[in-house]
Amino acid sequence: MHELSIAMSIVEMAEEEAAARGSAHVHAVHLRLGPLSGVVKEALLSSFEMACAASPLEGSQLLIEEVPVMVFCPACRAPKHVASIQWMCCPECGAPSSEVLQGKELEITALELSK
Amino acid sequence: MSAEPRLVEVRKNVLKQNDVVARALREQYRQAGVFVVSLVSSPGAGKTTFLEKTLTLLHSHCRVAALVGDLATENDAARLARSMAPVRQIITGTLCHLEAAMVQNALQGWDLHQLDFLFVENVGNLVCPSSYDLGEELRLVLLSVTEGEDKPLKYPTIFNSADVAIITKMDLAAAVEFDEQAACRNILAVRPCMQVLKLSSKTGDGIQAFLDFLGERRSRSRSAAEAAAWTAT
Repeated sequence: MHELSIAMSIVEMAEEEAAARGSAHVHAVHLRLGPLSGVVKEALLSSFEMACAASPLEGSQLLIEEVPVMVFCPACRAPKHVASIQWMCCPECGAPSSEVLQGKELEITALELSK
Repeated sequence: MSAEPRLVEVRKNVLKQNDVVARALREQYRQAGVFVVSLVSSPGAGKTTFLEKTLTLLHSHCRVAALVGDLATENDAARLARSMAPVRQIITGTLCHLEAAMVQNALQGWDLHQLDFLFVENVGNLVCPSSYDLGEELRLVLLSVTEGEDKPLKYPTIFNSADVAIITKMDLAAAVEFDEQAACRNILAVRPCMQVLKLSSKTGDGIQAFLDFLGERRSRSRSAAEAAAWTAT
């Protein structure tokens, strides 16, 4: 369970970004999360609440956009979404692919701020 | 009362701090010419026994060292020190994984130029270590025959973050009716093209093949680094 330390980093980064923009209040943090990041959405959401408690972010929301895993199919020569991370292959032709194009994301994309 | 919030675009990798340190470590390793291998697995998969065997065999003709991460105790470092290679323990306390900065701190005072191989044994955990780059060149994920063939399907992320899978405790395979084909099929389902090696640290079967593989990967990596340096000049 490393979601709490990740949530604490998110809170810290949001605080810094808000301060750099002269904002006092962070209403929400938007985050892109891929299944291959090794971070579990539900655990991160509850950890975020804990990390925000008694911080300037208290009461702010974490809005998670789940990013599907995409690989490059060597047979179709095109990017494809995989059906599941237990089966890393092209859903159309079935060719296995180890070239992950997307799905490892763990990034803050936007903040909702006010003065 | 605060005003209507405004949406501000920010692009920030949450693990940026770790990634920056990992990149610096990778560069440091490249310059020193040391090949760095990390090991991940569930607790009890045989990382320490495997590493002790590897260090002992490599120590006779190579310069090797190891870092070993654990929540508590220095037992693993004491076990690995029997190989006569320099070993340092990283005690993580409550943290369930190693981070690049912990590796960086643990390396203080070691001259990496004096090493051919450095091994970094992560905390036994198949979940959290997958998120953290340690600057290693090769990440090995160990799976012991006693754990069940479907481990890769249960923990796809860690298998996906690793470069090579090592099936350990092969001497127990028959006793636990280990289905090797199913295990390999599951490994390849979550990480297509992954190289799989099988061995027993107890009997030594398969260890030489692993050492040959390691030597080959190291020379390949050195040639690539030399070619890159030559192109850059």
